[in-house]
Amino acid sequence: MPTIVVDVMPKAELLDPQGKAVAGALNRIGDSAFSAVRIGKRFELTVEGEVTDAVLAEAKRVADEVLSNAVIEDVVGIEVVE
Amino acid sequence: MTVRIGVITFPGSLDDGDAQRAVRIAGAEPVALWHGSHDLDGVDALVLPGGFSYGDYLRSGAIAALSPIMAEVKDAAAAGMPVLGICNGFQMLVEAHLLPGGLIRNANQQFIRRDQRLRVENADTAWTSAFESGQEIVIPLKNGEGGYIADTETLARIEGEGQVAFRYLGVNPNGSLNDIAGVTNERGNVVGLMPHPEHATEPGFGPDTAAAMRSGVDGLGFFASAIAAVAAVAA
Repeated sequence: MPTIVVDVMPKAELLDPQGKAVAGALNRIGDSAFSAVRIGKRFELTVEGEVTDAVLAEAKRVADEVLSNAVIEDVVGIEVVE
Repeated sequence: MTVRIGVITFPGSLDDGDAQRAVRIAGAEPVALWHGSHDLDGVDALVLPGGFSYGDYLRSGAIAALSPIMAEVKDAAAAGMPVLGICNGFQMLVEAHLLPGGLIRNANQQFIRRDQRLRVENADTAWTSAFESGQEIVIPLKNGEGGYIADTETLARIEGEGQVAFRYLGVNPNGSLNDIAGVTNERGNVVGLMPHPEHATEPGFGPDTAAAMRSGVDGLGFFASAIAAVAAVAA
């Protein structure tokens, strides 16, 4: 069954406290190659049947209006995975 | 006339009982409302209480903002009914686009619980008229995702239009931009804030004051304001 994958990230200009905490932990255990970590979300929307343009448009609308909040996040990817 | 103030219970609401109690102590009749209904039961004002609706899944307040009753809440807000969002209720109001901005995890990653000093920045709203502009109050704060943010343009607009209703005093507890603790819509009938006025309404159960331990009742002014606002419209 096809799946539409939606990726959402906190806005680049905003502080991401989760990512900052993970970056701090990596640094503590000696993995110092990474200067920053940002944490986002991945949604997998399962579609019964074919991913038509209408279904994709609905996924885009849902991604913008429900899965993300434009005040604090950006939708950075919408991709169909068979 | 007895003012009837509805308190909406969502799955995961925790402070709905305290909000009802605060309404009663302030002299109004609390009306329990349910998120899954489309019925506001003819109430005069609304409180969206604190808690962790839907376990804060997706984003705090985001799923509750899609509840059936939110259609009626939006209509009522547009018609001028006083609506107060406390903590998780504030998060719902920003997710429902009834208030500007957004709320993210506290900058220090910690859940903060303390009695919080605030300055009332706008005493002309339906929920703040009992205060003086610039008045300092103390009510409890308790949240993990209380960092108020908005884009530069929105921030400049709400500062310019007097839509910042409350500001944190002392150390900023959560990284909120401009120390913003609560905001109002342009009309002044919809107000949201992270700290909890409903927990500071009865002597013996509020924050400590200089006079006595747990004697703080600064939260009463919120509910007294709404009662006055409803009475003014009815008169």
